[in-house]
Amino acid sequence: MPCRIVVGLKDGVRDARGERVKNEIRQHLGLDLDRVRTLDVYTLDAELSPAEIDAAAKGPLSDPVIQNVAVDRPLAEDFDVLIEVGFRPGVTDNIGRTAREAIQYLTGRPFAAGEAVYTSVQYLLTGAIDKAAAEQLVSGFLANGLIQRWTILTRDELDPAKGVPVCIPRVDATAEPRVQKMDLNVTDDALLQISRDGMLALNLEEMKTLQSYSNDPQVQAKRRENGLGAELTDVELEALAQTWSEHCKHKIFAAKIDYEDESGNKETIDSLFKTYIVGATRDIRQGLGKDDFCLSVFKDNAGVIRFNDDWSMVFKVETHNSPSALDPYGGALTGIVGCNRDGYGTGMGARLIFNTDVFCFASPFYDKPLPPRLLHPRRIFEGVVEGVEHGGNKSGIPTINGSIQFDERFAGKPLVYCGTASIMPATLNGQPCHEKQVQVGDHIIMTGGRIGKDGIHGATFSSEELHEGSPVTAVQIGDPITQRRMFDFLIIARDRGLYNSITDNGAGGLSSSVGEMAEDTGGLEMHLDRAPLKYPGLQPWEILISEAQERMTLAVPDESLAAFMQLAAEMGVEATDLGLFTDSGYYHCLYAGETVCYLDMEFLHEGVPQMQIPAKWELKGHQEPSLSGRDLQADLLGLLGRLNICSKESVVRRYDHEVQAATIVKPLTGVVNDGPSDAAVYRPLFDSFEGIVTAHGICPSYSDIDTYHMMACAIDEALRNYVSVGGNIEHVAGLDNFCWCDPVESERTPDGAYKAAQLVRANKALYDYCVAFGVPLISGKDSMKNDYQIGETKISIPPTVLFSVIGKIEDVRKAVTMDVKTPGDLVYLLGATADELGGSEYYRMCGELGANVPQVDAKKAFKLYQTLNRAQEQGLLRSCHDLSDGGLAVSLAEKAFAGGFGIRADLDNIVAEAGLSDEALLFSESQSRLAVTLKPENRSAFEVLFADCDSALIGVVTAETSLVLSRGDRQLIAASNDQNKEAWQAPLREL
Amino acid sequence: MSKQVRSLVIAGNGTNCEREVAEACRLAGSEVAEAVHVAELLAGRVKLEDYHFLNLAGGFLDGDDLGSAKAGANRLLHAPVAGGGASLAEQIGQFIADGKLIMGVCNGFQLMVKMGLLPAAEQNYQQQSCTLTHNDCGRFVDRWTYLQTDSASPCIYTKGLEGIYLPVRHGEGKFVVESAATLQAIEDAHLVPLRYADAGFNPTMDYPANPNGSIAAIAGVCDPTGRLFGLMPHPEAYVHYTQHPRWTREELAEEGMGLWLYQNAINYIRANLL
Repeated sequence: MPCRIVVGLKDGVRDARGERVKNEIRQHLGLDLDRVRTLDVYTLDAELSPAEIDAAAKGPLSDPVIQNVAVDRPLAEDFDVLIEVGFRPGVTDNIGRTAREAIQYLTGRPFAAGEAVYTSVQYLLTGAIDKAAAEQLVSGFLANGLIQRWTILTRDELDPAKGVPVCIPRVDATAEPRVQKMDLNVTDDALLQISRDGMLALNLEEMKTLQSYSNDPQVQAKRRENGLGAELTDVELEALAQTWSEHCKHKIFAAKIDYEDESGNKETIDSLFKTYIVGATRDIRQGLGKDDFCLSVFKDNAGVIRFNDDWSMVFKVETHNSPSALDPYGGALTGIVGCNRDGYGTGMGARLIFNTDVFCFASPFYDKPLPPRLLHPRRIFEGVVEGVEHGGNKSGIPTINGSIQFDERFAGKPLVYCGTASIMPATLNGQPCHEKQVQVGDHIIMTGGRIGKDGIHGATFSSEELHEGSPVTAVQIGDPITQRRMFDFLIIARDRGLYNSITDNGAGGLSSSVGEMAEDTGGLEMHLDRAPLKYPGLQPWEILISEAQERMTLAVPDESLAAFMQLAAEMGVEATDLGLFTDSGYYHCLYAGETVCYLDMEFLHEGVPQMQIPAKWELKGHQEPSLSGRDLQADLLGLLGRLNICSKESVVRRYDHEVQAATIVKPLTGVVNDGPSDAAVYRPLFDSFEGIVTAHGICPSYSDIDTYHMMACAIDEALRNYVSVGGNIEHVAGLDNFCWCDPVESERTPDGAYKAAQLVRANKALYDYCVAFGVPLISGKDSMKNDYQIGETKISIPPTVLFSVIGKIEDVRKAVTMDVKTPGDLVYLLGATADELGGSEYYRMCGELGANVPQVDAKKAFKLYQTLNRAQEQGLLRSCHDLSDGGLAVSLAEKAFAGGFGIRADLDNIVAEAGLSDEALLFSESQSRLAVTLKPENRSAFEVLFADCDSALIGVVTAETSLVLSRGDRQLIAASNDQNKEAWQAPLREL
Repeated sequence: MSKQVRSLVIAGNGTNCEREVAEACRLAGSEVAEAVHVAELLAGRVKLEDYHFLNLAGGFLDGDDLGSAKAGANRLLHAPVAGGGASLAEQIGQFIADGKLIMGVCNGFQLMVKMGLLPAAEQNYQQQSCTLTHNDCGRFVDRWTYLQTDSASPCIYTKGLEGIYLPVRHGEGKFVVESAATLQAIEDAHLVPLRYADAGFNPTMDYPANPNGSIAAIAGVCDPTGRLFGLMPHPEAYVHYTQHPRWTREELAEEGMGLWLYQNAINYIRANLL
């Protein structure tokens, strides 16, 4: 008999959650309620005695000091409307899972199959609200209908004896397992219909390739031997669709592109990925020769480079955009814990050391009507921030670097980039730890969570634009604790040498993870009915492609299987033997002994036809605006308050950025710990002062002029942030994460050729600048369908590349932060300034785009960064801060208020192109520039060092706490630090 | 060998700080400083009696899903130890009776309070009298805090310290007492060795210097013996000057202030338990 345990706060105890919800309701909906209180509800659907229920209620499920608890009766009283929000059937309920474990400890016996604990939250609203308004409140703000259900009761409707009726969100599991066969000998239209109906996201050419495969007499003969007819099964179609999805196969980056530039010159590019990304790394590694620090690039879940003789560092950055658009919290949480699995599942396994997060949103203050199915940017902001917060904090991984970009077009699809670094011993049991090899006869072992319907079609769904029929099952909720337990177990198993290979279950689930691992041996035999399920009723194809979280797949040799399984059991981690890796040449799946999938491995992995994409670049005739009579001081304050520039402290403080006690340059720095650091420095080993430096660059606003320079600027921005704190420019690797709008010309995308040309140009710059800087690319990812299209409304994001870097600082004690340190120190500007306001934050503020997009001189920049490294090694610098959005004025303002002293500078001294306007001097976003301060006694040493670089003494740090910028005798700006800092901190302070 | 100080950090099910806590113990002079997965204790292969100093580290035990450390406390109280040995709660009871030391940081502090180990003004160690709950601001917060010490406290960890600076990183750090009498008993016995303070080390209720709204600005409490101690701030996160948020601009000693707490503990063990 199910029962409900309701837990509420005692009188006089502050309900911080309720207060927060009340405030958010006011901010989001303009609804001012008198009071919001919250209660927690546990619905126990299990055979338990009244005494056991009472012990659970008064034991693990409540806190006797501050909470009251009631069993099968309401605690709610004195309210106008009650809303109870719980999960829909099958949605991951982490709290319910923990409650179940706690009750099992109490009773000493496990729950039976089908028994469970379900959780929900009651909101007691007091004030002017009726049921209709409550319905709007819950559907528009409190809950997400994709994953949650709710009950709304007025005070009169609540049964005072029994409370809210019991609701058990159990998955109805009546479907019998059944394998369907698909006849592909149909018309082209019918083929496309099969692809659409099945969410396969395969185009006609791909469907026809499947058709001819199934008609091949040799294929048919082999199938007959294994009891299959000519028709492909649903299991096979799904396996092919996952493996061939844009998400997994990167078909656009692998395509043949016919590119035409603005002058009509034509060239054919056979795979952007191979030509520009792999090509850059190959050429750089050749140039580095014996100094090559790359260990594993492009072939594993993450890239690996050398840290020192004994350790290697691993870095991966992922995106999780589409799920975050539907369920910001679950999508972002899954994004970060999913990226953690990539970091862990590289080589033989690596310990996770830090996360990075970059988000692109529309303004949270967006006040226009929203097209259907889009969530308000503020909900996305809060959900994503909270999801990454829970994912990172609970996993014990510090979030040490990140940023938030704002552009209205990100309302169509938010971008959620999650990065994870990890560290592994250089060798493990005598072998390089970054390598792994499945052996024929190894067992296919799945560990961690169970399989459910969550995340089905995630890979194919994210290979399409967000549309009316986007599936709700694509949404998953991560479970950091199950994953943490699994990692605690796996690292012990790794060190004991209990497995030969490991990879994560991400997009495509088992179909991808096992399929990729089986490429080592050339075949597999997997029994889908052995897989542990969250609830019965899954079809074989669903088991194969479910993206249920917290799972890793391993290859465990026969001789260590028993030890592996015993360790797993002791550490409370589920591990299941699903079959064997073979050398049969076939991807062979069975269900209850019957073959349900028998695909040629080579066809599965290599059979996808290459796409052919037209790309045509054209100049859009952008013009520079003419601005005059601006109030420069007001402009500076305006810029400091721009969303792309202002303080993100309210977000940064919600992320644990110091767990593991190794964050040496933290995200916030300065005299009162609130200035914006350029990059993070992390010390991964207790017995060494060697450090890892990470930073990133992202400049989507330049894409509106030319993606070539957008890419170049993103690379330079990442590197100048990196060198600013002391990162070694000669030991740094890059990761590119492309987020594009669909670049394939079609009826729905008439401007595809232009978007494809933008993609080509970004790739050309990626090659040119990585080679020029000597920065190899070690990993990356692309997400190519960041469009929203419902009805007549189409929103495409601006082409965006996140360029992340990871590298080394020899001694973290030599790191430099951005804040000015002492009055009397000299202020130098490094690098040259040009009239480059095109796409700048300043022009955006003025409502302009402009034409003069910043351009990077990599040769000069590299020399400057090398010299900066020398100055840092010699301890010459007191502070160093890069110039980016908002240019020189913003950078100096930040340096000053972060350090708690003023700066007085004469801008006539800077190295600049002749005849620059005041606006350009102050706000130009010319690249490769840094503002540094040093003690006066180091002046000559510094000037000797920088003799061959663009460098100018422009001013001095002052005790008077204000920023005074002039040109000769003419003062341009005189603003107090307090004024500047307030403008910079105010916009997002309350979020 | 018998003269070795042996420190243990229990890990697993969501602890996050076990490595740096073990390192802090080692830096403070503990000859043995081990982070051990709780599965080893439940399997009966590792026993508390073999150690002098038990550390309960920060993290999110079981995700703090039932309230911070609630499910973790339930596990220590009820999980069976293989071979029918004493439960972990019983082993902890013996550990206390033997005069040994327990320090809980952040989630470890929450765990101790919810098991009744702290403040245990009556020294019964099984009756919860206080709790730690959601910060008044309603959010997780990572921020450095000034902490005032109490020289009259029996706490052996803060002996001789005048005021320290450590980071807090928590969402449920607000200290709450069962009743005014409980608070009075705690105060009378000087069981509050650490309070959130302003930069001048005066206790404060003002956010953000007091980051969670704790009653009487309580940041850490000890039991009447002074050997059991829990605190929300993270001493293991400041054992070297480069962990200080302003190390690039201030003159700081090589050793961080958090290390002092561990040194006091190890010195106490060397003087009294070896």
